Amino acid sequence: MAIWFSRSRNIVFSLRHNLNLSGILIKRDYSPRPAFTNSQLSSKSVCLDSFTSLRHESTAVEKQLDLVQQSDEEDPQELNFPGGKVGYTSEMKFIPESSSLRVPCYRVLDEDGRIISNSDYIPVSEKLAVRMYEHMATLQVMDHIFYEAQRQGRISFFITAVGEEAINIASAAALSPDDVVLPQYREPGVLLWRGFTLQEFANQCFGNKADRGKGRQMPVHYGSNRHNHFTVSSPIATQLPQAAGVGYSLKMEKKNACAVTFIGDGGTSEGDFHAGLNFAAVLEAPVVFICRNNGWAISTHISEQFRSDGIVVKGQAYGIRSIRVDGNDALAVYSAVRSAREMAVKEQRPVLIEAMTYRVGHHSTSDDSTKYRAADEIQYWKMSRNPVNRFRKWVEDNGWWSEEDESKIRSNARKQILQAIQAAEKWDKPPLTELFSDVYDVKPKNLEEQELGLKELVEKRPQDYPPGFQI
Amino acid sequence: MASLLSRFCRKLALPGSAHGSRMTSTTACGSETVKSLNLYSAINQALHIALETDPRSYVFGEDVGFGGVFRCTTGLAERFGKNRVFNTPLCEQGIVGFGIGLAAMGNRAVVEIQVADYIYPAFDQIVNEAAKFRYRSGNQFNCGGLTIRAPYGAVGHGGHYHSQSPEAFFCHVPGIKVVIPRSPREAKGLLLSSIRDPNPVVFFEPKWLYRQAVEEVPEHDYMIPLSQAEIIREGSDITLVGWGAQLTVMEQACLDAEKEGISCELIDLKTLLPWDKETVEASVKKTGRLLISHEAPITGGFGAEISATILERCFLKLEAPVSRVCGLDTPFPLVFEPFYMPTKNKASSSSSLSSPSKTHIF
Repeated sequence: MAIWFSRSRNIVFSLRHNLNLSGILIKRDYSPRPAFTNSQLSSKSVCLDSFTSLRHESTAVEKQLDLVQQSDEEDPQELNFPGGKVGYTSEMKFIPESSSLRVPCYRVLDEDGRIISNSDYIPVSEKLAVRMYEHMATLQVMDHIFYEAQRQGRISFFITAVGEEAINIASAAALSPDDVVLPQYREPGVLLWRGFTLQEFANQCFGNKADRGKGRQMPVHYGSNRHNHFTVSSPIATQLPQAAGVGYSLKMEKKNACAVTFIGDGGTSEGDFHAGLNFAAVLEAPVVFICRNNGWAISTHISEQFRSDGIVVKGQAYGIRSIRVDGNDALAVYSAVRSAREMAVKEQRPVLIEAMTYRVGHHSTSDDSTKYRAADEIQYWKMSRNPVNRFRKWVEDNGWWSEEDESKIRSNARKQILQAIQAAEKWDKPPLTELFSDVYDVKPKNLEEQELGLKELVEKRPQDYPPGFQI
Repeated sequence: MASLLSRFCRKLALPGSAHGSRMTSTTACGSETVKSLNLYSAINQALHIALETDPRSYVFGEDVGFGGVFRCTTGLAERFGKNRVFNTPLCEQGIVGFGIGLAAMGNRAVVEIQVADYIYPAFDQIVNEAAKFRYRSGNQFNCGGLTIRAPYGAVGHGGHYHSQSPEAFFCHVPGIKVVIPRSPREAKGLLLSSIRDPNPVVFFEPKWLYRQAVEEVPEHDYMIPLSQAEIIREGSDITLVGWGAQLTVMEQACLDAEKEGISCELIDLKTLLPWDKETVEASVKKTGRLLISHEAPITGGFGAEISATILERCFLKLEAPVSRVCGLDTPFPLVFEPFYMPTKNKASSSSSLSSPSKTHIF
C-alpha cells in the first residue's frame, strides 16, 4: 500500500510540475478567524505577520513532498491522470448498462444431486459430508419448531432460514473456527455449525437468565464470542464496514484468519454495502463478503432493488474479485467459500460471493409472504429446488446416508429442540440489574440512580410488572 | 485574548504567548517540562503518545496521512507507518464502521471526521452500532477502543457546514461518551483519557481554537478524568456552565459582570455525557443562579438537559430562572454569524447576569 501511495503521489506531483497546476491541488483554506476587530487592524501589523508566517508553515509539508523525484516519461499514446495511465479513443462508445450475457452461476451438483462431469470442486470427505447434511437437517427442524413456538405465542418473534440451508451450513463448513463471522440475521446455521447449542439458541429466543445476550434483544439476535460470531443487530448492512475493520485487524495481527460477513440482496442497496466493499478493497483487508441473493427483501422483489446483473457485477466496481454461485448447491458453496477464504487470507484482499437462492419462508413471523408472491412460486422452490434434498441425494448416492439415519437425525433434533424450548421457557429472566449493566463498562451515576429508583418502584407495586425478574 | 488564555494556565505564571503563532520555547516547571502549544499541536502530541504507548492503536480518516486539514495528525504516518496511520476513502459511515470493527477486535481506533458537520452519515454506526455494541451482546463484545474526533464550532466564516455544534444529538445516546475540551492543555489530557476509556467516545475539538489558543502544555503522558467538571473560576453570585470555545466568551462576560459587582463561578463541563451533575448542583446551591451557554441552537440544545436537571435538584435554592444564552434557532449563517453567536454581550444582557432593568432573553 505504501508503494502504491508514493507512486500515485509521484504522478500527482509530476502532473503539477508539468502542467503548473499547483494552485488547484492545495487543500481547502482553513485560516483562522481573525481575533482582532477592524478598529484594531491598523495597529496590528505584528499579528498579520504572524498570520502570514503561519501560512508558510502550513504549506511547508507540501513543499517537502514537492522535492520527491519522479521520472515519468510522457507517452504521447496515453494520457497521464492521477489515477494512472489510460489509453484514448476517438470512438464515442458508451459501456452498455449490462453485458449481453449474465454472469454464469457456478454449480457442481445438478438438481438430482449428481456431480456434473468435469466440475471444478474441492472434494468433501464422508465425515464432512455427513456432518454437513446433519446440520442442514437440524437447521430445518430448528426453523420449523421455533417458528411454531412463535405462532403459539411462546416466543415473540422468529426468523427462519428455510431454503438457504446450503448457504448456511456449507459456508460455515468451509471456514476455520478462527475466521470471524459478522452475520446479517438469516445465517444461524453458521453458529449451529460452530457449536452453539440448541439450548443456547432457545435461551436467546426466550431472553432468559442463561441468554448470553442477557435478554436485551429480540429473538434470533444471537452472538457468541466463544464462537467468533459477532452479535446480530437489526440494522441492515452495518456489519459490512465493520467486517473490513475486523479483517484489517486480523491482517495486522498476521493471523491465519479472515472476516466473513453476510448480507442479503436487499442489504446491498444500503450505503454500508458500498462503504464496506470500498474500504476492504482500498485497505486490503481479508474479508469474504457473502451475499445471499434470495430474490426478496421482505416484499420487495429484486427487480425493485437494483437494475444491475445482481450483485456479482458490483465487485469489479470496487476492484474486488467475485463469483456467482448456486446457493442451493452445498458442494458449490463449500468450494467457493473455501477458495475465497484462502484467497482472502493468502492475498490479503476481499472477495465477493453472490449465492443465488430463494427465501422459501416468510421474511419473519411478522410477515405473510403469500400477500405479495404466488403460493406456487414458494411451493416450487420448496419442493423442486430444495437444497437439503439435493445434497441428501448426493450423500445417499455415495452410500453415506440411509433412511434410518434420516429419521434418527430428525427425531433426535426434534426431541432436543423441544426439550431446550421447554427448559428455556421455564427459567427466570435475567435479574433486573442487567437492565442497567453493560451500557458502559462501569455503571455511571445516572444509571445507579435510575436503578435505585426503579427497584423502589417495583418493590412497591410488583403487580404492575411482569414476574420472573429477580430484583 | 492573550491575557484570557494565560488564565487557563494553572501551573505557570508565564505571560500569555503571542496569539496565533506557535512558539517552541521549552520551560521546566518543577519536574515537569512544558511547551507552548496551540490546540492542534496539543492534539497532535496526544496522538503521538497514544500510538506510542499502544502498538495496537490506529489513526485514520480523510486526509490524515499528510497531517490532516487541521494539522492534527502531522508526523504520525511518518513515525508509525502507513499501516497504522492512513487515509480512508471519503465515506464517514465507512470510517466509523471500520473503526468499530477494529475496536471490536481489541484495538484502539482513533478516527477523524473531517468536520463535525459531516458526521451524520456515520450517525447510524454511532448510535445503532457503537453505542449498543457492548449492551446488545451481553458484554461478550465491545468497541470501547473507538474514539471519534471531529472539529466543531464557529470559525468566523464557516457558514452552515463548517460551524456546527452537533453535541446535543450525541448526548441523547446511552452507551457513548461525549467530550469537549476548552484549551490545548485540556485537550491533550482529555483526548488521552478518551482514547484509553473502555467506551466509545465522541471527541469534539473547537476548531476556532486550533491556532488561536496557545497554552503551556506538559510534554509528558497525562490524562484528565472524564465526567468531572472543573470550576475554572470561583464566585458566589451566579454559576455559569459551558464547554469548548464558549468558555472564552463566558470568561469575558464574567469579567464584565464583575465590574458591576457580580461574582461569577465559571464551570467547564468537559464531558457532556455522562455529565457531572454533582459539581454543577453544588455550585448552584451555593450561588442560587445558573446561566448555561453554548453555540448550538437553543431549542433542544444540551443546555436544556442541564437546566431541567438543575431545576429538579436545586429548585428551592434558585433565586432566578435558569438562563440559556445560545445560538439562534437557525442554520448557522455566514454573513450573520456575529448576530447568531451567543456573544458576551448577550450573556451580559441576560436576566441572570444583569440588573433587572435591562433583561433580554436569548
